[in-house]
Amino acid sequence: MTISMPSFRNGEPVALASVPCLAVREFRAAIISAVRAGSGLTALFGTPAENGKIQLFGVLADSLAGCLSALRTEVNGAYPCLTVDCPQAHWFEREIAEQWNVEPQGHPWLKPIRFHPHYRSSRAAQSPLPGATEFFKVNGDEIHEVAVGPVHAGIIEPGHFRFQCHGERVFHLEISLGYQHRGIEPALIGGPGKRTIHLIETLSGDSSIGHATAYCEAIEGLSGTAVPARAQVLRGVALEFERLANHTGDLGALAGDVGYLPTAAYCGLIRGDFLNLTAAICGSRFGRGMLRPGGVLFDVDAGLCSELTRRLDSALKDVADATRLMWDAPSVQARFEDTGTIGASTCEALGLVGPVARACGIERDVRLDFPSGIFRFAQIPISKWGTGDVFARAWVRWLEIQRSGLFVREQLASLPEGRVLARVGPLMPAHLIVSLTEGWRGEIAHVAITDNSGRFARYKIVDPSFRNWMGLAIALRNQQISDFPLCNKSFNLSYCGHDL
Amino acid sequence: MLFGSVLPLIVALACAPLMQGVITRTKSVIAGRMGQPLMQPYHDLWKLLHKGAVYSHTTSWIFRTGPMVSLASLLLALALVPFGGFPALSAFSGDFILLAYLMALGRFFIVLAALDTGSSFEGMGASREVTFSALAEPALFLSLAALARQTGRISISPLLTAVSWSVWAHAAPMLGLTLAALIIVFLAENARIPVDDPTTHLELTMIHEVMVLDHGGPDFAMIQYGAALKMWLFATIIVAVAVPWHSGNRWIDTAVGLAGMLILAIATGVIESSMARLRLLRVPQLLLVAIVLASLAVAL
Repeated sequence: MTISMPSFRNGEPVALASVPCLAVREFRAAIISAVRAGSGLTALFGTPAENGKIQLFGVLADSLAGCLSALRTEVNGAYPCLTVDCPQAHWFEREIAEQWNVEPQGHPWLKPIRFHPHYRSSRAAQSPLPGATEFFKVNGDEIHEVAVGPVHAGIIEPGHFRFQCHGERVFHLEISLGYQHRGIEPALIGGPGKRTIHLIETLSGDSSIGHATAYCEAIEGLSGTAVPARAQVLRGVALEFERLANHTGDLGALAGDVGYLPTAAYCGLIRGDFLNLTAAICGSRFGRGMLRPGGVLFDVDAGLCSELTRRLDSALKDVADATRLMWDAPSVQARFEDTGTIGASTCEALGLVGPVARACGIERDVRLDFPSGIFRFAQIPISKWGTGDVFARAWVRWLEIQRSGLFVREQLASLPEGRVLARVGPLMPAHLIVSLTEGWRGEIAHVAITDNSGRFARYKIVDPSFRNWMGLAIALRNQQISDFPLCNKSFNLSYCGHDL
Repeated sequence: MLFGSVLPLIVALACAPLMQGVITRTKSVIAGRMGQPLMQPYHDLWKLLHKGAVYSHTTSWIFRTGPMVSLASLLLALALVPFGGFPALSAFSGDFILLAYLMALGRFFIVLAALDTGSSFEGMGASREVTFSALAEPALFLSLAALARQTGRISISPLLTAVSWSVWAHAAPMLGLTLAALIIVFLAENARIPVDDPTTHLELTMIHEVMVLDHGGPDFAMIQYGAALKMWLFATIIVAVAVPWHSGNRWIDTAVGLAGMLILAIATGVIESSMARLRLLRVPQLLLVAIVLASLAVAL
């Protein structure tokens, strides 16, 4: 059985009519066989069809060919789930069940992920309490259960973690999120409007640039806007500044979690230096207001450019010095190595993304596989490490810091001339676009579907955290419960980016 | 003579929190931060003493008794330890057994109070604390036994006073091993890196701190003050062995003792700044090292 699916690039619009609408059986078979052949399931989501049914869209990413493909099916109330044959669909199907009251039959783990009334229920519908669900339980005399959160000791976001332990050893960890659910996806329908970009920039505050890039490229693709070269470079620079700041902060936090003070203290400071580079361009440390569809709102003059390069060099030198202390400390390496290990096959099966996947030795990086913007012209070598443990996740971050630093230096040295903002026209009606960006946490996927008047009929956001939370749960199996904070930090996933 | 023996106790009561202040300040300076004032532990105690306390409905009188018993037993234990040129308030044969078990009594009540809350965190912390202290205790005993064997005294106060430069001169390896074992016990018993991280906010990794999460106000002040006294007590023993200064002038000896405490506090800060915590599974191995060192010291 062969199905003709349109193949398209990252940020390239396709007419909705050309996305094949298959029978559920064929839809399942097509996704399962593509994923077995090595494609990633970038998105799987529902949207209401005109006939009252729910249309399920699947977006597959073939990283070897650099091509995306999309397919859809229509379901009514229930359908045989994909998860049993394709674990990557696990979280997506739970989301579909929760959003549209459609049951993926045979799903092994069908529980809410965000705890909201489904989208087709009446406005008055009572919202379930987050965390009010049956948790997986291990029985036995010596088993004890530890519940952590949703309120944590540190200043972090809320999330509930339920451990089933035998002494210090964790048999199973279940993660229950949803405390930060704001209903962003429904709020985007009918857009884009004046508020859209602000919602996008605050999807996950530390990935403002990443999400804004994905959104802007989706709008530009749908409107056929050519973004000026200078703006594309500045976007790339801002994206890498975001990565530099967050990776540096993560390395410091990892050191802090094992009680290694010098690196923790210095990296906290240097993270601020990187954030201030973004602030020097646009006035916001997190890059709010920097990107707009059509380009960027802030240009960089020659003086600022050399100033940025100078400050970047000094911050890169500082971070090299601060992390060298940590890499050279045997007591730190003893904690990092063989902690929270994920094998490459588990990583592939779960469809993990970003530094977590690259730490398992998997070459997966949107900047290389599905390049857009400046990354079509300037490539950053992939940073990977094979051991899949906390050390690998830390080391991949350090490699990426160095390579992002080099990339930004090169780009600032050869900034193209010209404008930084192009006018954006109306969006093509009845089109679908998939826009991928490699945020610092991994693949950010935005899928926009326009209606007949060129407004958003559906705007699906897949934050990398959505893909990776299950990875954290698996990484904790057979680990020491006292190593959980360290493992958690090595993933450093977003709660609000997941909860939307 | 009574005044002379009360003095070490007064010095301990007054200066114990300062030692923690010095450690914290040392860590801050190494990390490139200003750091909190040296007197901050005193301010914290003052603040806690003026707060109310909240008690969970699930706790019983044991929860409230824990901090009091713990502090009281440490105060008693301090009366057995000499400082500088001054002998301890009380000394009798075999009192080091009382010393060890007074501290064990304090710990026992803190553990009971932690279990009384029914919290899974505190139960975990209690289990860790008890496991590690069961290994720290033989190391302490063997260290004291080594000193007792060398000096021929079996009471803390005369035993520590009997350690002198001449003992160092002919039994340096034995004293060195004892000192190393005592320092490991000091770090473990006082919840310092590499065994525990006193500054962490991560409940799942804590040992000592997680047991006292539910205490607040004056109860927590007692626990904090008790912890400071315990550190002072262990530090006194270490300094007495490491710097056996007996000039004949008690005031000079006391000043030297205080300087030794200061140096030990700074050294602790340096140790904490230069290494990460051990994986929890490795802590027993470190304590076994202390036991082995102390056993060797006994055998030498």
